[in-house]
Formats: sequence, C-alpha cells, structure tokens
Amino acid sequence: MNLNMNSVESVVAQIQGLSSSADDVTHLHGLLKQSEELLQSESTRLAPFLAELDPSKHSLGYLYILEACTAAPNAKEQANELVLSIARFLNDCAAEQIRLAPDKFVSVCKRFKDQVMLLETPMRGVAPLLTAIRKLQPSSEHLTSLHPDFLLLCLLAKCYKTGLCVLEHDIFEVDQPRDFFLYCYYGGMICIGQKRYRKALELLHNVVTAPMSTINAIAVEAYKKYILISLIHLGQFSTSLPKYASSVAQRNLKNFSQPYIELVTCYVNGKISELEAYVQANREIFEIDRNLGLVKQVVSSMYKRNIQRLTQTYLTLSLQDIANTVQLNSPKEAEMHVLQMIQDGEIYATINQKDGMVRFLEDPEQYKTCEMIERIDSSIQRIMALSKKLTAMDEHMSCDSQYLAKAGRERQRFDFDDFDTVPQKFNI
Amino acid sequence: MEGGDETSAAMVDEIYVNGGDEAQRHRPIISGEQLDVEAYAALYSGRTKIARLLFVSDRCDVASMQLETLRMAYDEVKKGENTQLFREVVQKIDGRLGPNYGPDPAWADAVDRRAEQRKEKLENELNAYRTNLIKESIRMGYNDFGDFYYAHGALGDAFKNYIRTRDYCTTSKHIIHMCLNAILVSIEMGQFTHVANYVGKAEQNSDALEPITVAKLRAAAGLALLETKKYKLAARKFLETSPELGNNYSEVIAPQDIATYGGLCALASFDRAELKSKVIDNINFRNFLELVPEMRELIHDFYSSHYASCLDYLGNLKANLLLDIHLHDHVETLYNEIRHKALIQYTHPFVSVDLQMMANAFKTSVTGLEKELEALITDNQIQARIDSHNKILYARHADQRNATFQRVLQTGSEFDRDVKAMLLRANLIKHDYNLKISRKS
Repeated sequence: MNLNMNSVESVVAQIQGLSSSADDVTHLHGLLKQSEELLQSESTRLAPFLAELDPSKHSLGYLYILEACTAAPNAKEQANELVLSIARFLNDCAAEQIRLAPDKFVSVCKRFKDQVMLLETPMRGVAPLLTAIRKLQPSSEHLTSLHPDFLLLCLLAKCYKTGLCVLEHDIFEVDQPRDFFLYCYYGGMICIGQKRYRKALELLHNVVTAPMSTINAIAVEAYKKYILISLIHLGQFSTSLPKYASSVAQRNLKNFSQPYIELVTCYVNGKISELEAYVQANREIFEIDRNLGLVKQVVSSMYKRNIQRLTQTYLTLSLQDIANTVQLNSPKEAEMHVLQMIQDGEIYATINQKDGMVRFLEDPEQYKTCEMIERIDSSIQRIMALSKKLTAMDEHMSCDSQYLAKAGRERQRFDFDDFDTVPQKFNI
Repeated sequence: MEGGDETSAAMVDEIYVNGGDEAQRHRPIISGEQLDVEAYAALYSGRTKIARLLFVSDRCDVASMQLETLRMAYDEVKKGENTQLFREVVQKIDGRLGPNYGPDPAWADAVDRRAEQRKEKLENELNAYRTNLIKESIRMGYNDFGDFYYAHGALGDAFKNYIRTRDYCTTSKHIIHMCLNAILVSIEMGQFTHVANYVGKAEQNSDALEPITVAKLRAAAGLALLETKKYKLAARKFLETSPELGNNYSEVIAPQDIATYGGLCALASFDRAELKSKVIDNINFRNFLELVPEMRELIHDFYSSHYASCLDYLGNLKANLLLDIHLHDHVETLYNEIRHKALIQYTHPFVSVDLQMMANAFKTSVTGLEKELEALITDNQIQARIDSHNKILYARHADQRNATFQRVLQTGSEFDRDVKAMLLRANLIKHDYNLKISRKS
C-alpha cells in the first residue's frame, strides 16, 4: 500500500480507497490523524477536492477535509455556500464514521452555527443540527456539545416545538459542565416560551443546584428566571436552596439577584398595588435582564393566585366581592379573570350572570376513568424503570475502583480510631 | 359537655340565648375602669414594685395616673438604696410633683457614701474568709456581695456574685438558695434563659424543696416560658403552681398574676378536654382564680360557649393587661389565639352554620366574621367553605380517596423529578472528579 501521504491528492485517494469496511475506516482514521498538519497547511486549496468525495460513503475523510478547509476565516459571500455544503454533509454523513472523530465533527458544527448566525438566518441551522445531534449521540441520554448550540438556534428562530423534541429526552450522561449549564438554561427558556413551566422549572433547578466550584453567569441568570417561573407557576418561592446545592450557589446566588428576591417578598405579602409599584420602580433592572415580560406575568399570576385561594374558602362569592378581595377595578374585570381561569382548567366554577355570583365547585376528577388508570400505570412503569437505573448506578458506583480506594482509606482511619479508644476505656 | 353533642333544635335555642339576652343572665361586667394603682402596687414588693410602677407610668397615657405612679415609685425607691434608679425616677418626674419630689442630692450622696463603706467592709471580710478557706463563710461573703449589688441596682454584678456562691455550696438547701437568687436577678434583668436554667438546677435537688419553694419555681418557670412564647408549656407551669405561693413571692409575681397568666395561656393553647381537666377541675388553680373573678368567669364562659360575654370580659381586661410588665407583649397574640379558638370551637360541631347567628354570638358584623373565617380556613384551622351568597358556612369533608390519588400522583412525579436531578448531579460530580484526576496526571 502506498503510504506516501505527502500530497492532498494522495490523501483523497486514501479516503476513496479505505472507506468501505469498518477495519479500513479505523485504519484510515490513523492515517488521517498523521496528515492533519498537511491538511491544515493546504487548507485554502481543499475546497475543490470535496467534490470528489461522497459525504455518505467517505464521511470520515470528508469530515477531516471539511474541518480543515473551514478552519480558515471565510468572507461573508462564501458563507452561504459553506452553509449549504455543511448542511448537506450533516444530512448525508454516516453516523458510525463521524463518531470516530467527534471533536472534528463538533468543531465543524460549531462553525456551521457561526456561519448561520453570521447570515442571521438561525432557522436554516435548526434542522441540520438536529440531525447532527442524533448522529453524534450514542444514546438519547447523552448530552453532546451540540445541544446548547441547537437550542440557541431554536430560541433565535423561535422554533420552540423543535427544541422541545430534544428536551423531551432525559439527559443523564454529561461530559462538559458548561454544555450542561447552557443546555438547561436555553432549554428552560424554550419551555417558558411554550408555557411548559413544570419542565422549565426542572431544567432551571438543575442549573441552580448543579455542583460548581465558582459562581457563573449562567447560573445567576438561571436563578433569576427560576425565581420568576416559581412565582408564576407555583405562586411561591423558597429563598433557601436545597442542601445538595453547592455552597458557592448557596452563598452567592441571592446576592446577585437581590431585586428578584425583593420581588418575592413583595409577592408573598399579597398586595397587588405594592407589587406593581415595586415592579414599576425597578423596571429598568428587569428590562436590562430582559425579564420584564416574565415579571409582568408574575404580576398577573398574582390575581390568579388570589382567586384560587378564594376557591378554598368560599362556595359562592359575588363578582363584586372577588373584585374587592383581589383588588381588581370592576366586577367585569373579575368576571374576565374567572372565565379565563375556568377555561384554562385552573379553577372549577360556574358564573351566574343574573345575580353576579360565582359558584366554586370541587375538582370533578374522580380517579375512576380508564385514562386515569392508564396514566397511573404509566407513572408506575416510569418510576420502576427509574429506580432500576438508580440501583444499577449504585452498584456501578460501589464497584468503582476510585470510589473504593477513597472510601477504603476513610474506613481505615475509623478503624484506627476504634482501635485507639478501646484500651483507653479499659484503663479507666 | 353541652353544646357539642345535643340535638340541633336545642342547639339553636342555645345559640339564640348565647347571642341575644346576654345582659340579664350575667352580672354587669365591672373591671373596665382604670387600673387601681395603689391596690396594684400593694401586691408587690422590692424592686419589681418600682419596675412595675415605672412600666405603668411609661405605658399609660393618663397624666394623673402617670404622676401618681411616679410618686409611689419615688417613695418606694427612697426606702431602698438604689441611687441610679432614684435619679431615673427623678428625671421622669421632672419637677412635676413639686419640691418634695425633687432630686434629693443629700440623700443620694449619703447613700452612695454608705454604699462605698459597706462595699469596702464586705471586701475585707471576704478576703479574710478566703485566706482562711472557710467554705461556708466564703459563700456567705459572696452572697452578701450579691445582696449588696442587688440593692444598689447593679444586677449584672449581683448575678455574678450569686453564681460564685455555687462553688461553696455544701448542702442542697444552699444550692436552692443560690438558684432562687439567680432566678430573681435574671427575671429583673429580663434574661429568661437563665431563669429556665436555674429552675432546672433547683428542681434537681427535689429532696430539700419546700412546698413554697416548689411553687416559686413553678411560677418562675411559667414566666420564662411565657416570655419565650411557649404558651402551652407556660400554662401548664402556672396551673401546677400550688396555692401555697400566696404572697410569698411578691418580689416577683402576685397570685393574681398566676391566675391571669395561667388562664390566658390555657385559653389560648388548650383544647376543650384539657381546659376542663386542667383548669376548671383544678382545685389548686381555683384558689388563684378566686382572686381574679373576671378571669374565672371568662374561662367558664368560654367553656360553656358563651363567647360574646367571654370576649367582653377579655375586652375589658385588655387595657390593664397591656400595663403588665410581663404580659404586655403577649396580650395581642394570646387574644387572637383565644378568639380563633372560640371561632373554631363554635363551628366545629356543625355541618352548616348561619353566619348571621354566629355574628350575633360573637357580637360582630357578618362581613367582619367572613374575613376572620376566611383567614382561619386559609390556615386550614377550620375545614369549611363559606357560601357568601346565602351567608352560610358549610363544613367540608375532604374526599379521602381523591386526595390520596392526588397525593400519590404528585409524590410520584416529585420522586421522578428528584431522582433524575440526582442522577444528573451524580454524573456531574463524577465528571468533575475525573477532571481533577486527569489534571494531576
């Protein structure tokens, strides 16, 4: 076999010759690694060679050459062409080949994202990146470095639904903490866009409580949104983080989001006028953080919360009284709110327009229907699967050599202590 | 037990009686008048008398009463040797009581001089005892020092000296003596954790406790618990106080106070059964209650569900209770608690309650009552819902089955969420761990 790798032509020939079987591809991978420098030095004249290769058959080689030729800075005119060719490659490439060189693949995708951003057409990047993610992930539980980029494009292109289809898969395997932080933060924002507040809270909660050794901007911003969504969705917020949150987060997050903490205090007091005054006074801060929209939602959620509280205490209540207690201007406005809440399934009630009374009802769900049983069953299945995973992980952990080494060391120290105290006791 | 488990017809009668012709069934309520300062002061002795008088003068807004209290405080201070306190009182009087109640520098100087001499003498004595190492004498010496400082108002020093006697205590009687002194000073200082502490210490020597001492300790413990807002425990302590206490603890508390404090705390924190067994059937406590007939009446009214008259009594007592040096901070809380208790007990036996009738029974308006009930329902203290249209309160019986289903589903999804988050964190930690290892190598 000709091992002369000194020219680009020969590299291309190698690629063409060694792309059929798995063994060949591994061999080719070795060769390509050796010729990386060559490719980089020749990066400017590589583009024409791409035409000689078939992205679906020669994926690995194509990837190497593509990576090398996109390394050079591009002019904006070429960007369009580049985007097209990368998009085609992402669609056609063979997953098993590109997984041999994930770094190269990720860097190509990142450049692709940059180009799309440069062209200000984030929409064009959404579909190719989704394909790329699917090809790169060994399983849907793995978080790749492409996830945050993909979600960012979804956000910019307002393709929230497409973003959700990635978020629906639970992530367990993470390589880069930064990817994870961004994934959860962007994911949280997409869920907020789709009004999937529960999922959003879950994602933001993950950011806030993730282990970290230094405070970072992503966590701070996530914490702010976490506060707002908690208020909108749950109507409450506990300012103390759970014990498992890192001490850095426990100590610093609150200081960085003081206006939001004060917003919570205002909200808890339950006075609409105070809350509105506070929001008005701190409008600029919220605007700079780009959270003003959410803050406004917080204010309107307070009306809902107060009406919901009334359903706990009253069977019937006039619209006038509702307006008074909830601090709405007129019975008409109260009616609109109640109606909206009935429609959204947030309360169960009937409005009697004749005498202006609202009758609050109990939750009609009787937990007797087949659908409910199915739902419960699926929950049980899900939790069983989860607890299996937990056991597996526990077993894996207790077999981990590093863990055992560390735990064993500590055990030994204890034993020594025990040994030490016994004779002392006898001495007395 | 009436009220609760009788037939509804009888009950309606009861409610009407309850709300309607209150006046003819009960004697007119008397204690709405101003506090009789003279009688009040006569209940106490020593420092607390002055402290209480000053407290009343600070709190009340009637000028004549203020001056009256200050005058009595002045007279009282002059009997003692506390020049510091004397100057305070003089400053508060500010010449308003004429030349007889001015700053008497001659007296103050004389007292100070005498104090200086006495202190010297005590010091010499103590030093002599200490060189001779006579335990009992050293104890006496420190004790004298404590008394001296206490008389002169240096409470911190008095406390320290009383505590020092502890190392020289040889019998449990001595220890109890030390504890009582420490308790007295700590109450004056407002250090109620010390009080609880030394009550505990004294009670450990149960063999040497006389009935009067036991009563004193109970009262002090009750005070300490009251100040720390543990009303239920405070009530128990006051109720356990035996009538032997009498006027023997006037330097801290009067038996009337035991009745008031104990009664209020019990009303605010006990349930009906406990109220009956521990307060109404308590022969010991009855002796105290006889001293404050209003308190006795209102407890009985509360128990027999005559809430309107009970609340009337409370309303009349309130002004005077706010002038009490120990209770004033807690009056509002206790009153609210008692009112809530009354509301809750009233609604408890019924499936539905007419708010009009209930408002009558509590002498309040329907809208006001609605608000109060709303707060209690929100707090989940009353399980009921208000039909604001027909002004009726309906008891609510939670559907156990539905609630269980709801809770199960919720717990499930919470578990789901928490475990996932935990697995993720575990993985992140694992990553971090790996990162460090690879960096080292």
